Amino acid sequence: MNHLQRRNILNDIMLTVTGVCTFLTVSVLFLILGFLVYNGWRSVDWSFFTRLPLSPGEAGGGMANAIVGSAVLILIAALIGIPVGFMGGVYLSEFGGRTVPMIVRYTADLLNGVPSIVIGIFAWTVIVVPTHHFSAWAGGFALSLMMIPIGLRATEQFLRAVPNSLREASLALGASKTRTVMSVVVPAAKQGILTGMILGIARVAGETAPLLFTSLNNQYWANTLSEPTASLPVMIYTHAISPYDDWHRQAWAAGLVLLVLVLIANVASRWVLSRGVSAQRG
Amino acid sequence: MGTAVVSAPPRSSERKATELWRSGDQITHLVTLIFAGSVFVVTVLLVYELWIHSGPSRAKFGFHFLTGTTWDPVSAQFGALPFVYGTVLTSFLALLISVPLGVGAAIFLSELAPPRLSNACTFLVELLAAVPSVIFGLLAIFTLVPILRQYVEPFLKDTLGFLPWFQGPAYGVGYLAAGLILAIMTFPFIISISREALLAVPREQREAALALGATKWESTWQVVVPFARLGIIGSIFLALARALGETMAVTMVIGNDTGIHSSLLAPGYTIAAIIANEFTEATGDVYLSALVELGLVLFGLTMVLNGAAQLLIIATTGKGSKQD
Repeated sequence: MNHLQRRNILNDIMLTVTGVCTFLTVSVLFLILGFLVYNGWRSVDWSFFTRLPLSPGEAGGGMANAIVGSAVLILIAALIGIPVGFMGGVYLSEFGGRTVPMIVRYTADLLNGVPSIVIGIFAWTVIVVPTHHFSAWAGGFALSLMMIPIGLRATEQFLRAVPNSLREASLALGASKTRTVMSVVVPAAKQGILTGMILGIARVAGETAPLLFTSLNNQYWANTLSEPTASLPVMIYTHAISPYDDWHRQAWAAGLVLLVLVLIANVASRWVLSRGVSAQRG
Repeated sequence: MGTAVVSAPPRSSERKATELWRSGDQITHLVTLIFAGSVFVVTVLLVYELWIHSGPSRAKFGFHFLTGTTWDPVSAQFGALPFVYGTVLTSFLALLISVPLGVGAAIFLSELAPPRLSNACTFLVELLAAVPSVIFGLLAIFTLVPILRQYVEPFLKDTLGFLPWFQGPAYGVGYLAAGLILAIMTFPFIISISREALLAVPREQREAALALGATKWESTWQVVVPFARLGIIGSIFLALARALGETMAVTMVIGNDTGIHSSLLAPGYTIAAIIANEFTEATGDVYLSALVELGLVLFGLTMVLNGAAQLLIIATTGKGSKQD
C-alpha cells in the first residue's frame, strides 16, 4: 500500500510538472506580445508609416522606407520562390520517377536547414560580388532561397494527398496529363499549396541575417532595385543595438508591426487550410 | 495504386493527336523538371561558392584554422576555435533548458491534455516558432539582459561563485544570455515534433501498460516515451541545428568578445554572430575568406545534424504508421 501511494504521488507530481512545462512554454508567446505592445504601441502612429527615420536625438520620424523596402524584398522573393517551389513540387509529385525526386527532395531539405547567415553569404558571392553593390535584388534572392524549400515540400505534400481516383477519372476521359494536373489535381490541393506559400512568405518576412550583407540598409528611400534597401528586420536590429532612446522606441514599434504582420499571416494560412479541409469533408 | 491507364491501341488517324498530347506532356514534364532541378543546382552552387570564396583562408591556415585561438584582423591571423566554442557552448546551454521543458510539454500535450486544449496549445507553440529571431533579440536586449545583470547573475555568483562557470563581473550579455534566448527559440521545435512522435505511438501500447497496473505516468515514461524515443531525439537534433545556426538574437546578446572563457557570465562570440558583425567591415582577401570559411564550418555542422535528425524522424514516423 505504501508502495502504491508512492507511485501515485510520483504520478501526480510528474503530471503536474509536464503541465507546468506546457504553461511556461505557451506563456512565452503572450509575454513576447505583451512586452512588444507595452513598449511599442505608443510609437506606432501615423508618422511611423509615412515618414523616414530621423537621426538620433530628433524625436518622431518613421520607418516608411523600411516598410516599403520589406515589401519590395518579399515581392522579389515571392516572384522567384513561388514559381520554383510550385513547379518543382508539381514535378516531385506528378512527373518524377524515383531517383530524381529523391535527390531534389533531399537537397530541398538540405537547403531548408542551411543557416540563414550562410544563405546571406551565398547571395553575397553570386550577386553582390559580381555587381559590386548591395541591392534589393541580392536581398530578394537570398529570401527566395529560404522560401523555395517550404513551397516545394508543401506543394508536393498536398498534391500527393489528392486521391488517385481523381487523376484516373480525368485521364479516362481522355485528358492529357498536363490537363489533368492543372485542371484537376492542383485545384483539389489549392488550399494546402496556398497555405505553404503564405507560411513561406511569413518566414522570410522576419528574416534579418540574409539581408545584412545583401540588401544592407538605407536611411533614405531606395530609388532603384540596384541600391541598398532598408527593411523592417534590419532596421529593428540597427535601432535596437544603437545607444539612443529615440531609436529604441522606433525599434519597439517596428518589432510590434513586424510581429503582428507575421502572426496574422500565420493565422491566415491556418484558416485557409482549415476551410479547405472542411470543404473536402462536406 | 499507380496511375497507369490502359488505352486501346490508337488507329493511325488518331495517333497524330495522341502524340501531340504526349509532346505537350513532355514539355510540362521538362519545364517542371527544370524548376525542380534548379533547387539541386542552387544547393550545389551554394557549397561550391562557399568553398571557392574560403580559398585564401584555407590555403593560408589549413586545418589550423579550426584549432587557432587568435582572431586578429590587423595581423591577418584567424582561428575559429573561440567561435566554435561559443557556438557549441550556447547551443548546449540552450538544450539543457529546452529539452526537459519541451519534452515535458510534449508529453502533456499528447498524453494528458484534452484534444481541444492540446491543439490550441500546439497552435500557440507553432506561432512562437514563427516569431522572427530579431524580435527575440530585441526582447532579450531590453528585458532579459537587465534582469540577468541585476538579479540572476549576482545571485548565481553569491551561491555558486566557487564554481568556474559562475565567476567574473555580471555584464548581463554573454554565453548565459545567449543560451537562455536560444532555449526559448528552440523549444517550439522540440514540442511540435516530439508531440507528433508521441501521438504516433499505438494506443495498444498505453492500454497494455495501464492494464498491467501501471500509473498514467509509468505508462507514459516507461512505455510511450521509449517507443517514440527516436522521434524525440530527432527533434532535439533539429533544435540543436537551429540553435547552432541562429544568428540575430544571439548576435544581439552574446557580448562580442573573441576570447575563450570558462565562465558562463562572460561575453563571447558565436560563428554566426561574428559573420553578422564583421562581414561588411572586413577588408582584405584573407579576412573575408576567413569569415566565409566560418560559414562553411557552420554549414557543415548543421548539415550533419539535420541529416541525422531527418533519418531519426523518418525512422520513428515510419515505424509508427506501419503498426497502425
